[in-house]
Amino acid sequence: MTATGQQEMVTLTIEGCEVTVPKGTTILEAAKRVGIVIPHYCYHPSLPIAGVCRMCLVEVEGAPNLQISCHTQVAAGQNVRVYSDKALKARESVLEFLLINHPLDCPICDQAGECELQNYVFREGRPRTRYTPTYSKRFDPVEDFGPDILYVPNRCILCTRCVRFMEHVADDDVISVAERGDRAFIGIHPERQLDHPWAGNVVDLCPVGSLLSKDFLHKARAWEVDRTASICTGCSQGCNIVLETRDNSVVRVHPRANLEVNRYFMCDHGRLNYRGFNRGDRLEAPLIKDGAAPVATDWDHALDRVARIVKGSSGTAVALVSPAVSTEALFLLRQLLADFTVKGAFQAEQVAGEAPLPGVPGLALRSERAPNATGARLLGFTTDYAAAVAALDGASVAIVLGELPSGVARETLERAAHLIYLGTVLEDAVRGAAVVLPITNTAEEDGSFVNRDHRVQRYFQAKSGPGMARPAWWVLSELLAELGRGESSSDAAQAFQLLAEREAAFSGMSYETVGYTGALAARPSAAEVSA
Amino acid sequence: MGYPHPPHPKETQVLSKYFGDAGARSYDGWVQRGGYQALRQALSMERQQIIDLVKESGLRGRGGAGFPAGLKWSFMPKERTKPHYLCCNADESEPGTFKDREIMRWTPHGLIEGCAIAAYAISAEVTYIYIRGEFTEPIAVMERALAEAYANGVLGNNAMGSGQRIDMYVHRGAGAYICGEETALMNSIEGRRGNPRIRPPFPAARGLFGMPTTINNVETLSSVPYIINNGAEWYKSLSLSNPKSAGTKLFSVSGQVAKPGNYEVVLGFPLKDLIYDLCGGMRDGRTLKACIPGGSSVPILNRAETEACLLDYEGCVAVGTMLGSGGVIVFDDSADMVYQIMRLAHFYAHESCAQCTQCREGTAWTTRILRRILAGQGQLEDLDLLLDLSHHMTGRTICPLCDSCAAPVVSGINKFRGEFEAYINGSQRVAVTAV
Repeated sequence: MTATGQQEMVTLTIEGCEVTVPKGTTILEAAKRVGIVIPHYCYHPSLPIAGVCRMCLVEVEGAPNLQISCHTQVAAGQNVRVYSDKALKARESVLEFLLINHPLDCPICDQAGECELQNYVFREGRPRTRYTPTYSKRFDPVEDFGPDILYVPNRCILCTRCVRFMEHVADDDVISVAERGDRAFIGIHPERQLDHPWAGNVVDLCPVGSLLSKDFLHKARAWEVDRTASICTGCSQGCNIVLETRDNSVVRVHPRANLEVNRYFMCDHGRLNYRGFNRGDRLEAPLIKDGAAPVATDWDHALDRVARIVKGSSGTAVALVSPAVSTEALFLLRQLLADFTVKGAFQAEQVAGEAPLPGVPGLALRSERAPNATGARLLGFTTDYAAAVAALDGASVAIVLGELPSGVARETLERAAHLIYLGTVLEDAVRGAAVVLPITNTAEEDGSFVNRDHRVQRYFQAKSGPGMARPAWWVLSELLAELGRGESSSDAAQAFQLLAEREAAFSGMSYETVGYTGALAARPSAAEVSA
Repeated sequence: MGYPHPPHPKETQVLSKYFGDAGARSYDGWVQRGGYQALRQALSMERQQIIDLVKESGLRGRGGAGFPAGLKWSFMPKERTKPHYLCCNADESEPGTFKDREIMRWTPHGLIEGCAIAAYAISAEVTYIYIRGEFTEPIAVMERALAEAYANGVLGNNAMGSGQRIDMYVHRGAGAYICGEETALMNSIEGRRGNPRIRPPFPAARGLFGMPTTINNVETLSSVPYIINNGAEWYKSLSLSNPKSAGTKLFSVSGQVAKPGNYEVVLGFPLKDLIYDLCGGMRDGRTLKACIPGGSSVPILNRAETEACLLDYEGCVAVGTMLGSGGVIVFDDSADMVYQIMRLAHFYAHESCAQCTQCREGTAWTTRILRRILAGQGQLEDLDLLLDLSHHMTGRTICPLCDSCAAPVVSGINKFRGEFEAYINGSQRVAVTAV
């Protein structure tokens, strides 16, 4: 950037493709623009450049030696050859060097299938090693690094991504390179553990199977899992994630790159927060309470019953919503209760203190442990939960959407004339509900959350819901149709369309504009907030 | 050289004049011998004048690379907007090199004077003298000399009454060869692991503690006072062969010669004369077989090349090697070149900092192959493999440690292939048990 804010551009040629990039860009990043990923290990866009693996060597015409593309900046008129004989031979030799001490235990290695060493050896390596079998490979025992991290030193290629992450991003340098030469390994502080709240990222950063998650150890092979874009439900930060599912179970969570939110990282709390998606005690059918016990029924009967209750009631309605349900569902619930005096509130779990990642400004495990608290606020739900609970006395209808916070008693809820529950599991407190409607969880539906910075972000369906469970937006939109208040939405996109038309904060947005990286909702003015 | 041998008439003693003269070690003794005049004069000069003078003298780095010293100084920012640093590289770890040790042992004040002049020239207020940890005696001598220099007002906030702050500290290394590499040395001073840094940024832009820094070898800095005293023309005139190589240079001769030791000669001096004349020739009537002229990192010369080599930067390149640090290692006809090369490779494998793949894995693999050849289990293909590995270890890494391992291997195989083949075909058995 020059003083005027104008970026100076440089044009160069990479493998015959002309590309124009800002001055100061590295050859490796410029090559990405023309669709060439130059093999690399130590380079990572969110870490300081180390230049140690020497894998990304390319030939720059005119330079006497091969250059590492992760550190060499582009120059005007440069002609870069990524696949020249000289460059290919150099990278082949680096792979051969890396493999002399790397065990070929891919069949039992968790990284197999997503291993950068494996991939590049297949792509550019030698078919056979010249390191004869009479030489032994380095052997060091597996080390327990922390609550969820194992270190397998034999597989380590000393790229130092983990060391640089802990030192420069997490600001907690408990690991470092120990020893010299080919005896080197990643050593940990003798009295410390790799237990930083963001330490799990070193497992993702490790290009080989050297740093492993204990939670995922031997659980699934990389090629067996399906991957779905999602949003972390761990707190109001809204980290972009990938849900990995196998046999309709979520088995692992990875961060998904979003430079505006979480860059390439996510915290360990979010990473290990997926088990709730796989609960076995789920509601699988709508329940109607005609006598003392609730009876399973089908959707037609259940929706009809709810429609009749809503139609037959007036006055005050209480809506107790979870800040972990989709924005679409929250919006449709407001629509459903449009004719009532609504006391709507949510209660987000609050934990003292945040756990920031110092290297990424604005990124932290937040104390507000709910993914959609901002969405609930924007749609008029308050945090005055006590007031809403108090309003149950004399309310004509109460709707509980999603999980209830602990501490709300069954008797309290039953003070409302009619209680309707939309949830994933049948908690004791809602057993008295007139109608129970089974809904899907975040992993089982499409939807959107609004994070604490007012970024609207979509999540996608990763697995199927149990039994007859349906997304909350579907249930509520069917109810609205039943009441003759509009067409039912055929998908989450249509529900969001309706929301964008009626709610100023979301005006002009659609699933297309939100895309995979999100879009900012308008912030209400101070006057609107106080009103 | 003056100690332990009397100086040879063919030597030109500048730096080594007081070697063996215990009186020169003290402040008073140094002043009596004309010391600190150059510093006094330099402090009255413009900084740029000093840099120009050193440029003009043709002084080149004596640590190995031979980079012109004045030019290096001129890379420092002219405006002092942040602290500048001078580092004196006294980590002399190159196998076969032991000249800096003698400079520090006998003329510590000469080094302090040179450092102070350089520090003034590059606007550095603080100088670190990074001394190899094993050099216990030189460290003690230097620390004593520094205390004397402070006590006599040479150093401190008002160096020699000039109003200039010149502080100097001894920093003791912890025993890693790689810390002699200038960027690793800076990391080591900062308390980090002694790993070389990638360049750019170069030290003159971002060096020690991220500030502009110049790093010079002990011998380079010790030569500076003489240039100030006697002028650039005098220094330039000290050249026997190529005018681009000027001044005197200390050569540390070791190996199978009659009189090993440090010898100071004018650049361009024939290597042949150094070995046969100054060092008294080969020991026990043996004949010369090979020579490494510039410390263990440079290619090995055979006898014919050794006898044709002129000891200056260009003369060494002409016979396919480098002047390096001036550590001359001489082998006679009894030397087992395969074993010697294995020992060198083993050294580099041990000292590799483990950053770059080629170096970390390549040096160790090279050593293993050489060991296997020595054990009589080698194959002819191993020689091609060694050459191919060395090819991939040259010019690919952050620092030249890996190249230094490859150089003796490649030159050794090319020049003494017969010895390798003798081990491989079984006609030679290892003479040394400690393989």
